[in-house]
Amino acid sequence: MANFETVVVDTDLLILGGGMSACGATFEAAYWAKKKGLKVAVVDKAAMDRSGAVAMGLSAINQYIGYQAGDNTLEDYVKYVRQDLMGVSREDLVYDIARHVDSSVHLFEKWGLPIWKDDAGKYVHEGRWQIMLNGESYKVIVAEASKNAMNQAGFTDWLYERVFIVEPLMDGDKCAGAVGFSVRENKFYVFKAKATIATMGGAVHVFRPRSVGEGLGRAWYPPWNAGSTAYFTIRAGAEMTCQEVRFIPVRFKDGYGPVGAWFLLFKSRATNAFGEEYMVERAGELPKWAPYGLAKPIPANLRNWLGMEDVMAGKGPIYMRTEEAIANIAAKYKDDPKAFKRKMKELESEAWEDFLDMTISQSLLWAGMNIQPEEKASEIAAAEPYFIGSHSGASGAWVCGPEDVMPAEYKKQWEPLGVYNHMTTVKGLFSAGDGVGASSHKFSSGSHAEGRIAAKGAIAYILDNNTAPKVDDATINKLKDTILAPMALFEQHSAMSSDPDINPNFCKPKMFMFRLQKIMDEYCGGVSSQFTTNNALLTRGLELLGMLKEDAEKLAASDLHELMRAWENTHRMWIAESHLRHVMFREESRWPGYYFRADFPDMDEANWKCFVNSVWNPKTGEWTMKKVPIVNLPV
Amino acid sequence: MPSYVIMEKCDGCKGQDKTACMYICPNDLMVLDKEKMKAFNRAPEMCWECYNCIKICPQQAMDVRAYADFVPMGASVVPLRGSEDIMWTVKFRNGTIKRFKFPIRTTPEGKADPLAGFETGTDDIKSPVLCTEPASTGGKELPTLKK
Ligand SMILES: Cc1cc2nc3c(=O)[nH]c(=O)nc-3n(C[C@H](O)[C@H](O)[C@H](O)COP(=O)(O)OP(=O)(O)OC[C@H]3O[C@@H](n4cnc5c(N)ncnc54)[C@H](O)[C@@H]3O)c2cc1C
Ligand code: SF4
Ligand code: SF4
Repeated sequence: MANFETVVVDTDLLILGGGMSACGATFEAAYWAKKKGLKVAVVDKAAMDRSGAVAMGLSAINQYIGYQAGDNTLEDYVKYVRQDLMGVSREDLVYDIARHVDSSVHLFEKWGLPIWKDDAGKYVHEGRWQIMLNGESYKVIVAEASKNAMNQAGFTDWLYERVFIVEPLMDGDKCAGAVGFSVRENKFYVFKAKATIATMGGAVHVFRPRSVGEGLGRAWYPPWNAGSTAYFTIRAGAEMTCQEVRFIPVRFKDGYGPVGAWFLLFKSRATNAFGEEYMVERAGELPKWAPYGLAKPIPANLRNWLGMEDVMAGKGPIYMRTEEAIANIAAKYKDDPKAFKRKMKELESEAWEDFLDMTISQSLLWAGMNIQPEEKASEIAAAEPYFIGSHSGASGAWVCGPEDVMPAEYKKQWEPLGVYNHMTTVKGLFSAGDGVGASSHKFSSGSHAEGRIAAKGAIAYILDNNTAPKVDDATINKLKDTILAPMALFEQHSAMSSDPDINPNFCKPKMFMFRLQKIMDEYCGGVSSQFTTNNALLTRGLELLGMLKEDAEKLAASDLHELMRAWENTHRMWIAESHLRHVMFREESRWPGYYFRADFPDMDEANWKCFVNSVWNPKTGEWTMKKVPIVNLPV
Repeated sequence: MPSYVIMEKCDGCKGQDKTACMYICPNDLMVLDKEKMKAFNRAPEMCWECYNCIKICPQQAMDVRAYADFVPMGASVVPLRGSEDIMWTVKFRNGTIKRFKFPIRTTPEGKADPLAGFETGTDDIKSPVLCTEPASTGGKELPTLKK
């Protein structure tokens, strides 16, 4: 096998990922690290300008409070998230992100992000918490500010792009950095750090997506985030929370175009094939999920659930009534043809902008189907399960909250480790964005703010624990061998068969991924089982995952790109197992519309209004599951 | 086939180490065939149609042919990204053409000013106040919870 040079990078703070939270972390770290004379390194598998979930752009910022102007209060946001997550959220984290998020949004605007404003100079809202923007270059601008912050502070050689992070580097029970490899040249990377922030996004393609041909990559969630954050934190031995709370968005069918603007801005209805509105016809189902089902806004998963019930009753397709919504708006201008024409032009442009700035495929699909929204309704559908703790899912690491807000019940867990905001239960390991659980609805802006919080917490930790990590060469060499093993395996056996992909001695990453997806889809409540599962299915699923895990050692890669694919799928497999174990442990159905336990079809407030947390023990390989009480903030 | 490269127009970014499309693709899909000096998408089924390669290609040698497994044929959506705005040409299957232009940024490229003129508020690493706060929150004080 080709010789891989080992590159060792020594730093103080290590930021893994280059997405919204990593950009926030980098920006904040530039300021504090310079002041304190510390070093920072940032590692992204892609190019920071266009990496992560915001790579294509966004047409809305989904979290903005406007609390200083008195538009909303922080307490209102805490209540909103509590309600949407069926009572299960870390309210101290939600509060903390909310009090910093406006700061990030105001910075974005000054950096050059075109946020819509009304005549009075206020942001134009899509909904109560969402503001509209022309966000084609959202990620470019945010990355640029972080890079400028680092460069202007005098840092050099701090950014490592196209380096894929595989595994945490441990110094006993402390995180001492990370290891990975370049996807461009034969280099194995060892990053030694005093504190590490893992922010490598959420996960997709753990479950079988609806399109499995050429459109396999067109999931709602971007195909390049493969569960690396969850893998990293789990493998370091960090406590995880809400790993059962996956997210399934309802979006325009197949293209996955956003529906928010249609529902919130254009006030569109969604109806079934018979013109019935499931939110009205099935309202009788909501008391079953009280108190959340009866409060407003109705949680995202319950809205999904009512639509899914229509589909299961054979009443599909479900349509977004775009033509009706536009006609309703236009009706207001019926006596003024000129104003009508202007309004229609404006609406058309807004509708297309919504797609072109963040889901271009949907425009292509509409154009391919000759759909003009003012003329014809468009199908919507529930997508497939994703892991995105920053959105309406909640999976991720269990982290320390802010000292001034965190309830004593949570705090006592960190007192022996050190109370540093956003540190996981592993010393020196921090997270943010999709990596942090039980603090949903942070979205792009809140993830940025949370990255900033984590960076400040991590630097405070470094100042109090300023010792170089100890990692011996034997450990590093072993990690190197393990990480490069798929290439060695391919080289060893590929000559045996005339087909590079079919060989009894190994499995290629793509088929490995399909095998994982089939297990998760059929046993853990994917699309093909209408998101329904039970204990027997889960038990069988775990058995099959066990064999898959054994076969992970037979993953083979013919080049660096495939080596990345091999490790992405191992990362997916771990988030899958953790998810399945959580779903199995929680004996109730709390988020119907995300998944349904047929053997426990009801919500059980008395026994299960709690967090489900888990720890994988790196020494024994055992999983421990536990219930953790929810402490509400006095709001 | 998600993104694809037009043979006639691609010049392999003149044989540089890093072509523009390879540099930008968030999923590491674009590769340069050094013999032909043409780039190609190595795994179209893993493409998100994010259009980043199309927007960045200096030769306008890239386009998207919508996913063949669910999109009827004949449409195209073509961007032209400048330094201040982006122009989109949407061609429908039935030939209808629509054009849209949207701003992309309000500052010159590369000029995002990190602290953006906000005063920095504290030197205390243990305080919850972040570097540009409280000024950047729009108020005089970072709120905390009245316990
Ligand atoms: C389709 C979609 C639409 C959305 N719409 C909106 C919206 O309208 N408004 C809004 O406010 N929010 C929206 N969001 C939410 C927002 O995008 C996320 O909340 C935010 O991007 C999360 O930030 P993050 O840093 O955790 O992850 P990301 O921004 O996804 O960043 C992850 C980073 O990790 C890197 N990475 C991954 N694996 C590795 C590895 N192994 N090694 C090294 N680097 C790695 C990636 O390259 C990337 O840089 C949307 C999300 C999606 C998916
Ligand atoms: S960026 Fe354009 S010109 Fe350059 S290699 Fe890619 S397709 Fe060819
Ligand atoms: S459209 Fe996006 S995902 Fe597809 S090849 Fe281009 S940059 Fe990569």
